[in-house]
Amino acid sequence: MLAGKIIGKIYVLGDNIDTDQIIPARHLVYDLEDPEKQKMYGKYCLSGVLDDQAGLPDGRIPFVLPGKTTSEFQIIVAGKNFGCGSSREHAPASLKIAGVQAIAAESYARIFYRNAIDGGFVIPFEVAKSIYRTFKTGETVEIDPQSNLLRNVSTGMTVSLLPLGDAAAILNAGGIFNYARTSHEFL
Amino acid sequence: MGMTITEKILAKHADRDSVKPGDHIWIDADILMTHDVCGPATYAIFKREFGADAKIWNREKVVVIPDHYIFTKDLHAGRQIEQLRVFAKEQNLVHFYDVGTPRYKGVCHVAMAEEGFDRPGQVLFGTDSHTCTAGAFGCFATGIGNSDAAFVLGTGKLWVKVPHTCRFEFFGKKPPYITAKDMILTIINEIGIDGATYKAMEFAGEAVHDLGIEARMTLCNMAVEAGAKNGIIEPDETVFEFVNQRSRAGYDVVTNDPDARFEKVFRYDVSKLIPLVAGPHSPQNGAPVTEAEGTRLDQAYIGSCTGGKLSDFIAAAAILKSGEVKIPTYAVPATVSVEQGLKETLMDGMSVLEILEFAGVNVGPPSCAACLGGPPDTFGRLNHSEVCISTTNRNFPGRMGSKESRVYLASPYTVAASALTGKITDPRRFMN
Repeated sequence: MLAGKIIGKIYVLGDNIDTDQIIPARHLVYDLEDPEKQKMYGKYCLSGVLDDQAGLPDGRIPFVLPGKTTSEFQIIVAGKNFGCGSSREHAPASLKIAGVQAIAAESYARIFYRNAIDGGFVIPFEVAKSIYRTFKTGETVEIDPQSNLLRNVSTGMTVSLLPLGDAAAILNAGGIFNYARTSHEFL
Repeated sequence: MGMTITEKILAKHADRDSVKPGDHIWIDADILMTHDVCGPATYAIFKREFGADAKIWNREKVVVIPDHYIFTKDLHAGRQIEQLRVFAKEQNLVHFYDVGTPRYKGVCHVAMAEEGFDRPGQVLFGTDSHTCTAGAFGCFATGIGNSDAAFVLGTGKLWVKVPHTCRFEFFGKKPPYITAKDMILTIINEIGIDGATYKAMEFAGEAVHDLGIEARMTLCNMAVEAGAKNGIIEPDETVFEFVNQRSRAGYDVVTNDPDARFEKVFRYDVSKLIPLVAGPHSPQNGAPVTEAEGTRLDQAYIGSCTGGKLSDFIAAAAILKSGEVKIPTYAVPATVSVEQGLKETLMDGMSVLEILEFAGVNVGPPSCAACLGGPPDTFGRLNHSEVCISTTNRNFPGRMGSKESRVYLASPYTVAASALTGKITDPRRFMN
């Protein structure tokens, strides 16, 4: 997952975006393994975010347009404690199903972080300094996992990403199963 | 170098003499718990990765407790329970608590304790963030996602990063109007909802060991609301007595080494605490009830793994016996056993259930119900812009239903007192 650069439009969110905002509990009833039914997770991805916080700085920007199941935004920029709350793997899964490839947040809640990596859904980068107040929804950014740099193509601003550390090997393997198969004897 | 309880349990399950915070290790699971929301997807991933005919690592160590979307007409939700039945049948599971049978329990974390699965020194994984509740029994218990759970189903193992331990000590004598809910909300108010991210939260001190087992479960339950990996309490006689009555499986009493290292130690004088109310939309948004008093409410709710245990309803009944509720008030016992306890526990000649019903409370069947919103026909769900006070654990936007609704988190005493007046009320007004 970490081979090439990731380029895409960003959707900007604030602090403490919990899993109920990422995918509200009422939607946790669709079959995640069914290619058709799982599209519902794309349709409702980030539908729980309060309207004035949805796509900062202005808000009121739908992450997924009505009638669509994928988003025009491929990268999420967020503040602290992204993915707090429940352990539902539906949260990182819904982001992937909606077309998100990477998140650049100040910090993550631990279960979300694990799920994003072990399930091989999205790459949870940590930014070295807060950026969500200076980036705007709709801008284009480029993430280079090799040099750990995030560049705002629209403004030219460059920000350092923290090294992924031990998570990089699991992400590169595509999740916990392939990681264990290639590095441990019990699979 | 000495180790904490959490470090010692993890070291033992990794077959190592010692571990230190930050170590990545593979550990053996003693129990894997799952429910109707995450069980079907977990099993599907297991089959995808290990084969359609694969057998799970140990059919006696997997516990399946449907509890989330039980009393709903939602067809998709019904299908998830059907998928659990297939899982249980194909794998010949020993511990499946099916809906609509005498084995049905209700909220998994409370049922796990009742059935004797929470035991000192064990490693317990569950596909639910509040799996950390079981730390009240001196075990390492943490929530995981579907992929991790599928990995455990196949191998009985999982990688973990050894957390630093922060210790929260309560000393002094607890006043009768202070509950474990007020204690944990006080901590979260101080350290924030990411204040213990990736850490073990250990609760200690004489005031913690004075608490009954259910109150200790409330403390550990909300460790995840501070971002923690697990909550844990050194096991004592209260734990041994409870576990010995429910399980013959044996356990391992693990305590801190005398020179165990804590990243930080917080100390609270429990005699000085004030009942706390955490306002919308964060569990860290706490204020003394004296400051929040007077806020108008549309609904009150008593239930969940946090605030739906028998002792929570006994606390609520002690207040509710003084009058009638002024706002729609919903009570959902966590489990069938709690529901039975409401009928059998007498206070001044009336059962707790009679006190609740006499006060005008709507009592529903055991499940997670509106704590996490759920399908629109869920009992007690906030479907519009209601303002609710609740004994539950989270109040993020839309947690109990509509994202227009607003939720205040508080103790059963404070919720009951507020139900009687229709606005946030200091429970001490109803206590002698």
